[in-house]
Amino acid sequence: MEINKDLIAASSTPIVLAILAEEDSYGYAILQRVRELSGGRLEWTDGMLYPVLHRLGRLGYVEARWEIADSGRRRKYYRITALGRAQLDEQRTQWQAVDATLRGIWQMTALKPGILNAVPLTQGA
Amino acid sequence: MPNTEHSDVLEERIGQWREYLRRRQAIHAVDIAELEDHLREQVASLIDAGLDADEAFLVAVKRIGALDALSREFAHEYSERLWKQLVLTPDAEEPRATARTDALVAFGLAITAAILVKLPALFGLDMDAEAAFYARNVSLFVFPLLAGYFVWKRHLGTSVVRWLALAFVVAGVIVNVYPFAAGGSTEGLAALHLPIALWLVVGIAYAGERWREVGGRMDFIRFSGELFIYYVLIALGGGVLVAFMAMIFQAIGMDIEPFFESWLLPCGAVGAVVIASWLVEAKQSVIENMAPVLTRLFTPLFAAVLVTFLGTMLLTGRAIDIDRDVLIAFDLLLVIVLGLLLYSVSARDPQSPPGFFDVLQIVLVVSALLADVVALWAIAARISEFGFTPNRVAALGENVILLVNLAWSAVLYVRFMRGHGSFGSLEKWQTDYVPVYAVWAAIVVIVFPPLFAFA
Repeated sequence: MEINKDLIAASSTPIVLAILAEEDSYGYAILQRVRELSGGRLEWTDGMLYPVLHRLGRLGYVEARWEIADSGRRRKYYRITALGRAQLDEQRTQWQAVDATLRGIWQMTALKPGILNAVPLTQGA
Repeated sequence: MPNTEHSDVLEERIGQWREYLRRRQAIHAVDIAELEDHLREQVASLIDAGLDADEAFLVAVKRIGALDALSREFAHEYSERLWKQLVLTPDAEEPRATARTDALVAFGLAITAAILVKLPALFGLDMDAEAAFYARNVSLFVFPLLAGYFVWKRHLGTSVVRWLALAFVVAGVIVNVYPFAAGGSTEGLAALHLPIALWLVVGIAYAGERWREVGGRMDFIRFSGELFIYYVLIALGGGVLVAFMAMIFQAIGMDIEPFFESWLLPCGAVGAVVIASWLVEAKQSVIENMAPVLTRLFTPLFAAVLVTFLGTMLLTGRAIDIDRDVLIAFDLLLVIVLGLLLYSVSARDPQSPPGFFDVLQIVLVVSALLADVVALWAIAARISEFGFTPNRVAALGENVILLVNLAWSAVLYVRFMRGHGSFGSLEKWQTDYVPVYAVWAAIVVIVFPPLFAFA
């Protein structure tokens, strides 16, 4: 199953912020965590994570620092800020609202099979 | 497990990938480092999973995604990066320290130049009363410092430094020991030509060991053009600053003109040379050069003006009206045309085939040559009537030098257009010719005054 690009883009902010809320992390590990949490259903193009991280940095939601990793290489770690946590809460409320609405709709459509296929014009007919 | 041979290949591949990324303007070195860390981690985990190094590298690169798209995302995120910023982009953190020392040295030298220009006043040489002294020496207040900056930057050896210093000392002695007649034209000529001669000395310091190469001298030509543009820009900014200052101080009833004339203008004018040079040095890899852009803009316009001029002269049958300044005017015309030629040569890719712009260039050069020949013809006919004053000889000499330079350039250019020669030979001719101007300027400074009895 391939998830729509717009959906991936829209959900990237809360997902990254939530992962960073668990603990400080770096690009590769964040991507691993996304795969893990989504059960492999969310496939991000690896490189695209970085512009997202930098955008969150510019907005003040995350802070970056360079550290020397176990491998001896320099690695850029990201940490969520207080502003980022507030943003995560905000996003959670928004996504819950969307989720709740959708849930209601799925339930409704499950009760009346075929409603989604109905022609909208039936109302006026 | 990867053996050493494998990891060598892998390192090479990662190196290539890094180089490829580096060419993208929107992705900076720190971002590349971050992406490289990602790539290596991914490769390592894929190798652990049983892939060999080659496969792991390919998969990892593919997962990072199309670099065009990535670069677009970065550009979107950092739109300012497409405007190559001079101040904001030290490439990695390592050169940051050198950039700062560089700035400090440049500002130090600028301040030294400002102090130097005020120093003679301590010994009673007032700027108004002794204007001739300042006019003769103006290049000596700043060019030695500029040369010093490049000596420091290029780590030049003591033997070169000795020659450079000798040139400045000789120049200083000559213009100050010669018994110039007050207000005479040889003094004016010396004041005008000394900077030209000494600019070559600065150029030798600038190019350092590369002075003997075409590339080194071409870099100096580029540097000179950019420096000129920067200097004009700084001067414009300075003008705004001064106008503003005058305005607000006027509001409290104070006149800044004396301060402006004796401090701000001379100190600013010499200091700005060093600062502009430092800016050109610092930004050469960061911002596109301006001189070639202006050249592109003005070459067609100048060509059109000259062709129209020649056409009008032919149609109306008007002769060039010989008066005192006509030679100077045609010298300046040739200088401008040479500048236009020089800066389009300096920015042209020698590999690219001849195009429309090259035709325009030839039209420009040939029409300038024709106009100049007509003027020279008119002057030669009446030169005995005018007599050989120092000014006229100097102007005539310059005209001939410029004419030779442009004429042979035109020949080489046409050869290149017709596929008989390479563009490189034109470049070589232009850069080889640079010292001729300095030598002529030196002759005007050194030989003319005694020749014309310091008149």
